Amino acid sequence: MNLSRKWLNEFVDLPLAEVDDRTFAEAMTISGSKVEVTEDLSKSIKNVKVGRIVKLEKHPNSDHMLVCQIDVGAAEPVQICTGAWNVHEGDLVPAALHNALLPGGVKITKGKLRGVESAGMLCSLKELNVTVHDFPYGEIKAAALLNDYHPIDPAKPSVPADIKAGDKLFGSVIAAEVKAVSPAGVNRWDVTLSAGAEDCKLVSDCQNLHAGDLAAYDTAKRTLCTLADLRAKQEEFPHCIADGILILHEDCKPGDDVGALLGLDDHVVEFEITPNRPDCLCMIGLAREAAVTFGKTLKLHEPQVRAAAGGDINALARVFIEDPLCVRYTARMVKNVKIAPSPAWMRERIRNAGMRPINNIVDITNYVMLEYGQPMHAFDFSCVKGGEIHVRCTREGESIQTLDGTDRKLTPAMLCICDTEKPVGVAGVMGGANSEIVGDTAMVLFESANFNGTSIRRTATALGMRTDASSRYEKGLDPQNTMKAVQRACELIEMLGAGEVVEGVIDVCPNKLKQTTVKLEPEKVNALLGTDIDEGTMRKILLDLGFTLEGDTIFVPSWRADVEHYSDIAEEVARFYGYNEIPTTFTGGITTVGGYTPAQQLERKLGEVCRSMGLDEIITYSFISPTYYDKIRMPENSPLRDSLRILNPLGEDTSIMRTTILPSMLEILTRNYNFRNKKAALYEIGRIYLKRPDGMADEPKIVSLGGYGEKTDFFTLKGWVEKILRELGTARARFVAEKNNPAYHPGRCAKVFVGETEIGVLGQIHPLVAANYGVDAELYCAELRFDALEAVKGALPVYKPLPRFPSVTRDIAVVCRAEIPVGELTDCILKNGGRYLKDCALFDVYTGSHVLPGMKSVAFSLIMRSDEQTLTVEHAEETVAGILKALERDFGAVIR
Amino acid sequence: MKELMQSLREASIKAINESDNPESIEALRVRYLGKKGELTAILRQMGKLSPEERPAMGQLANQLRSEIEQALELRKTMLSKIVLEKQLEAEAIDVTLPGAEQPVGHKHPMYNVLDQIKDIFVGMGFEIVDGPEVELADYNFTKLNIDEGHPSRDWTDTFYFTEDGKILLRTQTSPMQVHAMETKSLPIRMIAPGRVYRKDEVDATHSPMFHQIEGMVIDKGVTMADLKATLNLVVEKIYGAGTVTRFRPHHFPFTEPSCEMDIQCHKCGGKGCPTCKGEGWIEVLGAGMVHPKVLAGCGIDPDVYSGWAFGMGLERLAMGEYKITDLRLIFDNDVRFLEQF
Repeated sequence: MNLSRKWLNEFVDLPLAEVDDRTFAEAMTISGSKVEVTEDLSKSIKNVKVGRIVKLEKHPNSDHMLVCQIDVGAAEPVQICTGAWNVHEGDLVPAALHNALLPGGVKITKGKLRGVESAGMLCSLKELNVTVHDFPYGEIKAAALLNDYHPIDPAKPSVPADIKAGDKLFGSVIAAEVKAVSPAGVNRWDVTLSAGAEDCKLVSDCQNLHAGDLAAYDTAKRTLCTLADLRAKQEEFPHCIADGILILHEDCKPGDDVGALLGLDDHVVEFEITPNRPDCLCMIGLAREAAVTFGKTLKLHEPQVRAAAGGDINALARVFIEDPLCVRYTARMVKNVKIAPSPAWMRERIRNAGMRPINNIVDITNYVMLEYGQPMHAFDFSCVKGGEIHVRCTREGESIQTLDGTDRKLTPAMLCICDTEKPVGVAGVMGGANSEIVGDTAMVLFESANFNGTSIRRTATALGMRTDASSRYEKGLDPQNTMKAVQRACELIEMLGAGEVVEGVIDVCPNKLKQTTVKLEPEKVNALLGTDIDEGTMRKILLDLGFTLEGDTIFVPSWRADVEHYSDIAEEVARFYGYNEIPTTFTGGITTVGGYTPAQQLERKLGEVCRSMGLDEIITYSFISPTYYDKIRMPENSPLRDSLRILNPLGEDTSIMRTTILPSMLEILTRNYNFRNKKAALYEIGRIYLKRPDGMADEPKIVSLGGYGEKTDFFTLKGWVEKILRELGTARARFVAEKNNPAYHPGRCAKVFVGETEIGVLGQIHPLVAANYGVDAELYCAELRFDALEAVKGALPVYKPLPRFPSVTRDIAVVCRAEIPVGELTDCILKNGGRYLKDCALFDVYTGSHVLPGMKSVAFSLIMRSDEQTLTVEHAEETVAGILKALERDFGAVIR
Repeated sequence: MKELMQSLREASIKAINESDNPESIEALRVRYLGKKGELTAILRQMGKLSPEERPAMGQLANQLRSEIEQALELRKTMLSKIVLEKQLEAEAIDVTLPGAEQPVGHKHPMYNVLDQIKDIFVGMGFEIVDGPEVELADYNFTKLNIDEGHPSRDWTDTFYFTEDGKILLRTQTSPMQVHAMETKSLPIRMIAPGRVYRKDEVDATHSPMFHQIEGMVIDKGVTMADLKATLNLVVEKIYGAGTVTRFRPHHFPFTEPSCEMDIQCHKCGGKGCPTCKGEGWIEVLGAGMVHPKVLAGCGIDPDVYSGWAFGMGLERLAMGEYKITDLRLIFDNDVRFLEQF
């Protein structure tokens, strides 16, 4: 919502000189109307003055430029050259003088144009950043001047080079010399023509005529021809264009500031209004807030309508509300509407509020919306069949062309304004082209209605047309506002002389509007706020805001649908008492312990361990593309393909909830690989989302590890997993070769178990999967279940006495079949080591010329110790012998 | 004999002091003091002396022995010192060569900030709770006083799993307020950080998935003054002591009164600059008193208990803290980015 400070003064006495922008913004923000930005419009335009053209001459060195002597209110006129042909002696024009600033940051300086001094520039609408909507009379019509004729093909000119007044062009069109031009009103000129023998006089609305021009005169129509009349191309008449200098017809005099004339002597404050306060989407609402904020009086005006046309609207029109989505429908009728531009003050206010002026009728509806917050619609009642308005939901198959010229299919949930046959407008969104006011109209209905906000929002969204009206309606408007608004619109009609208001008002409101009351409970308000505000202060704030009080009963004003509870009253009080005046205290009550749960501590610990190994933490999206399952070669029948599917995803890539974290890790590894990062070692503790029968999800956490690059191989990855398990103090883990996980290399993948608990999987990513990601490198990943890690986490360590006796180390090397996993040999050794074996460490695996083909030699260090005495040689040898026996028995492994 | 001892004294001391390595010292010890050494040789001649002379001569000989021993020891110590010095000199290295590389992993910058915040709240007696991301509309909206028809429920804003709109991806961590109130015993002091989802296209400031931290206190006699004090303290811990804050009215359906909390721009000190978009203040979080309707809906009597709650966006906080200019960097996980933190 944009608020004009100038307009605000009509309601609250807050002149800029007294309350500067910063003070205003701070105070309004603190009381709950957040100011986004304030713009001083006057800064966009500087040193542009109203000038009167006192003398106009042809430029000596140009065939199309004019040299103007301009009175800008100074002692001497200034000389400015212009290329526009729509200027005449006596015109008031915007003159950008030396060192002027124009909108868009354009700077104007004096200089020479083709050798002639020019002390600035005359401005067009565009240069002032306004349009014909702001200055309807600024529209320019150009006659085709034969003295500007430039043939496309010089060999075949359409107009002879030696043409002179009186010569026939074609049909009834002849060449005629302009003898004299004198103004005959806005954009009208009395023109004297000489066409050969006789002179003739006519009135023309072409603005580029000057004495001496050779024009094309249609003797039959008695008009001057435009380019269109001659079916000529613009390039043939390059200077006869529908563009030029803005000729001012405002109440102004030479030397006046054009910025002020455009209404730019204003500061516009942009507010961010929260959705609970649609009442603040208008001047009066914000003025009320400002008045209470600054302790000023709110000056409201009661619209007065004379209704000079007499008659009775009820005899002309009938309104039927056929759907409860329409809460109230209020209307008045205006006869003999005369379409014209609105006065400058209205255009200015509309423009500074961020809208475009159009014409008096449209502007009045917009003005009332900006002033009262009540959207209005004016339409040609003669287009309404049967003289009846039916507010109803659309019937199957109905459609409408809206005012923007688009044909729109309507669906049955949409509320429409209809006549006896068809929709004539989409309620609260946009009117229909079939009832548009085009030109002067005998009968115009001004609609001021209240509709269900959600319905309007859904209709506007479905039709893809969020309008100024719908964006107000959708927040839920005050149904009591419709009457005031329609009265104000009719008052403006009369004020602007735009039509004659018919006697009577139609006001249909099927259900009684509710009056909300809240009990004033000062102690509860103070208890909630932690304050000690006295009741009198509370009452004053509420009264100032438009609440009424009877004893302890607060009557909530109709525009404050957001207030219904004492906590709402507390907010009203707090806003103006000042949130920052509320003291600060610490919550008393029972002390809570807080802290991290064991699972949260474990999660932290896992992060620490991962980082200690050099892994960087990543955060990946929880949703993926279903095609990612193909990328990781997930079998078609895998239950993991049954993901939760987002019905309205942003795109395929983020359309399902991941049931495996692997694609997320692979995506990030790939991205880093594509960024040409030589190495990556990453971890994430993230959730997967497993569909439950009730449609919700189990969301277990997975510890995801991944890496590639130098010194990264299977055993690096395994080392990470082993360290994690060691740091968690788990029992010894088993790694079992896994050949059947299609995402992983069948020969370089393992499942990891602690006891019977499966912790997860680790391995090199299958080269085909890597290829699916476009990665030509070995990728390594592990997926460990967080809940499994939690389950196998070791208990708090208990101190064991340090060994009192020395240990004995014996190295053994056994030869066995090459395919026997070392892990199984190790398990066997540990199982058969008896009470003295304390540890077993692999130190060599050998295949080659010293062992038979298909065999390997595996060497272990056995560390033995007794807790009771120094280990005897006999005991050590018994232990080793037992181990060797078991290895031979279980694996056929013999000592080398 | 006395003369012999004197000349031995002179010769041995001289030789010892001229020796230049530990081996020659040992050789000198053998030469002078060994079983076949020169002093022993002299002592052998003691037998030739009269019994009267022997004690005095014996004393002299012992004195000489100890003098030589001392000289040997002294010289030995000196020599070993020299040897050590030479060795150390030879062992000198270029200390400017790089150290052996040690693995250094990095916490994601956003979780750095999150962990900092968790610690602050845990220190104040809060617990950390976790809940579902695939959520019921009931929890994400209805029980938070967000009616049917509220724009945030639109399919253009929220991701849905079911046509009836009952199951969705939570759009905020606020449903954790409801879960906590429904399941925990009073009083409650909790924060609930987590992932949330909204239908926003990815750009420099938007992502369809982002993180929030929810916080809530429910107890008897909890006031807005408590809310202010606690959040002021938290903000001071995050942004440093003396951080100036302000609270301004705002609107959330599930709190009343509601507010937003700003900190004074640290860059310009409140004068207005590009960092704070000229406002002098930077918004950090939204908060308010838990709406009595929400309390009642969760089975808590609003006439007995009251509470306050807040929610803040983690991405924006981390981006502010580390001056990260583009949200996409957070989820790109480029190691060159991650290793900066």
